[in-house]
Amino acid sequence: MSSFQLLMEGFAAALTPVNLLFALVGVTLGTLVGVLPGIGPAMTVALLLPITFTVPPASAFIMFAGIYYGGMYGGSTTSILLNTPGESSSMITALEGNKMARRGRAAQALATAAIGSFVAGTIATALLVVAAPLVVDFAIGFGPEDYFALAVLAFVGVSAVLSRSLVRGLASLGLGLVIGLIGIDQQTGQARLTLGVPQLLDGIDVVIVAVGLFALGEALYVASRLRHAAPEVVPVGRAWMGRSDWARSWKPWLRGTAFGFPFGALPGGGAEIPTFLSYATEKKLARGVSREEYGKGAIEGVAGPEAANNASAAGTLVPLLTLGLPTSATAAILLAAFQQYGLQPGPQLFDHNPALVWGMIASLFIGNTMLLVLNLPLAPLWARVLRVPRPYLYAGIILFAALGVYALNGTAVDLVVLFVLGLLGFAMRRFGLPIAPAVIGMILGPMAEIQLRRALAIGAGDVTVLVRSPIAAVLLLLSLGALLTPVVRKLAERRELAPARKE
Amino acid sequence: MRLRILAALAAISLAALTGCGENTTSGGGGGTGTLRIMAPASPGGGWDQTSRVAEQALKAADPNRKYEVYNVPGAGGTIGLAQLAGEKGNGNLLMTMGLVMVGAIEQNKSKVTLSDTTPIAKLTEEYEIVVVPAESPLKSLSDLVTTWKADPAKVSVAGGSAGGTDHIVAGLMAKAAGVDPKQVNYIAHSGGGEALNALLGNKVTIGISGVGEFAEHVKSGKLRALGVTSGQRLADLDAPTLKEGGLDVELANWRGFVAPGGLDDAAKKSLTDLVTKMHDTQVWKDAVAKNGWIDSFQTGQQFADYLNSEQARVKGIIAEMGLVS
Repeated sequence: MSSFQLLMEGFAAALTPVNLLFALVGVTLGTLVGVLPGIGPAMTVALLLPITFTVPPASAFIMFAGIYYGGMYGGSTTSILLNTPGESSSMITALEGNKMARRGRAAQALATAAIGSFVAGTIATALLVVAAPLVVDFAIGFGPEDYFALAVLAFVGVSAVLSRSLVRGLASLGLGLVIGLIGIDQQTGQARLTLGVPQLLDGIDVVIVAVGLFALGEALYVASRLRHAAPEVVPVGRAWMGRSDWARSWKPWLRGTAFGFPFGALPGGGAEIPTFLSYATEKKLARGVSREEYGKGAIEGVAGPEAANNASAAGTLVPLLTLGLPTSATAAILLAAFQQYGLQPGPQLFDHNPALVWGMIASLFIGNTMLLVLNLPLAPLWARVLRVPRPYLYAGIILFAALGVYALNGTAVDLVVLFVLGLLGFAMRRFGLPIAPAVIGMILGPMAEIQLRRALAIGAGDVTVLVRSPIAAVLLLLSLGALLTPVVRKLAERRELAPARKE
Repeated sequence: MRLRILAALAAISLAALTGCGENTTSGGGGGTGTLRIMAPASPGGGWDQTSRVAEQALKAADPNRKYEVYNVPGAGGTIGLAQLAGEKGNGNLLMTMGLVMVGAIEQNKSKVTLSDTTPIAKLTEEYEIVVVPAESPLKSLSDLVTTWKADPAKVSVAGGSAGGTDHIVAGLMAKAAGVDPKQVNYIAHSGGGEALNALLGNKVTIGISGVGEFAEHVKSGKLRALGVTSGQRLADLDAPTLKEGGLDVELANWRGFVAPGGLDDAAKKSLTDLVTKMHDTQVWKDAVAKNGWIDSFQTGQQFADYLNSEQARVKGIIAEMGLVS
């Protein structure tokens, strides 16, 4: 009950006009940087850190939280409309979302993303209030062997779901794994595949890969087709979600939240993996119309992953506030902001600075509501972007992609990498290779490798450490099950057929 | 007060909108008088933080000049170092750097080294701390040494990136304990946060990081401190030094400023004077106290000599750990 009271006091503190203004600036900025490929919430908050010298802590955190949530939401808009994710966490949204947009259902896709983000953000923030200590224990118990098992499960799930042709899916995945190898090997400090270019020592940023393969590849592909065929006319369609859209969206929202929140709390869990898992789950669960629509623009494939990435943003705050453990780039910078005020997040923060913590949690609710209010009416407006003539639209995309990527590190090498990847993305489209497995391989590959090596190093080379933890054992069994199901099903079918042939 | 906040808000919106341009303006300069400070790392890290605090303190020290912090991230700061080397003779440029860069130069076989720069001042130090999970059977450094000698592979050491400060401490400790530094079972993590998680989950034997990263958890009893790398015990933390525990290791993760090479004496003196003035401001003193840094101000030949001895030491231990092929 006392938490509730403290939360109410937090609302009282956060609802001053000045703080509301900070929240509004935060969510607007967040949405903006989310839309721009390359510039993410982490970088925005970092650039704004100096304001901690002049602005009181509560206001600063209210704004930072707004940027964080806004960024998670904003990335979906360009994903859906233009097949060019602004952030890696909204990559999955592009798969179904853009197909929906091409069928004239852009407004519905944007709306389910906005409402899903709101629902997930609100539920996850509520969970932050209630379940923080529980989730923290779970997250700390996660060892390297468990992460490895998790990565294996994600690999299996993703490769089973994402490609229509197994060979092409695997080829794309392999490309991603190779890109993921570039840079300094974390365990030994040795450079791999850097070709002697010092700018490649830190590896290629996942944002550059996502923007290059998706956005630039798409733009080049569209350009290559323009001369041959008249551009397809995109119907604008109805503006709002219909009854069936709601019916098909609410379950994926909740399931997405369930994936996102705990993953956000895991160090190294990130916002990407829960979006993959949510997408895979929704595809498996789809029945009837939605099953047919999958791959052609199913609303479930937008609702689930969008809820998952917002819920993971809230999940990130659990270990940050209770342990001082940053689990994402943005969280690490928020931690630096806490330290600027002489505050050390950790077990004592809730006791020593309740006003600040609860004010921030209350501001998350406020920011979330503000995002919905800001974005829902804009959805039909955004959808009109699709009417801009293709040459101008895609020239704009290339410009913004280049600008965003250059802003990331300010080096020309990144631009060269971006354009090389853009050509690769074009080639992959031209020859029918799916793009998503490559980006997933690039994210999961290094994680699987490093966690496997960590687990083995800690176990001094004993392979059984990989299955000794119950979490890892369960996850590996699930992966094995997912791998074997099709085989077993085929065998069973054959056995049924065999006696029939005899007769 | 309220007006100031509104002004700050307006400034923020502007800053964010122009944010992408901010770190792209190229070097050169010279006559304009704007002093540029390069943080050779991403926003948010230690070098970035030091640079931004310095910017505020410099404004207090000499309000008539303009200052600008920009980031050049990558490869332990060696990308920034290479850029600095291209600004030969530019007296309006400082780069924040520290011990980590010394290691990175060795490891990445950087063509540009610190001898291509003009050392200006050492600013701060942070000490390292060696901890075990609360449940660990190891109660003291001598317990650790016994276990380590028995089977080096069984002692997993969690810390930051391979070849970084934490790894160097691990190597120096092993050497002092009579364990082959090559045998250290070092588990690299991306930063103190991840390593902290491994410790709180009791997945690794010991952990090494900056005192600031672990202090809170030592005080709350979730971690036990085996030793700190300072010469004397630290004022606000109940932990013995490594020397007391019988390991002759002393190391400070220091940070300082260097300027481009080829500066004439006048330019060098004017930069040194300005940084000295900055060090004397209240803004700087407050920031040092707030961040738990240790003031270790040093300029001129003293700092140059210190740089040389650190380079020799880091080079030696990195080779002994087998980190450079």
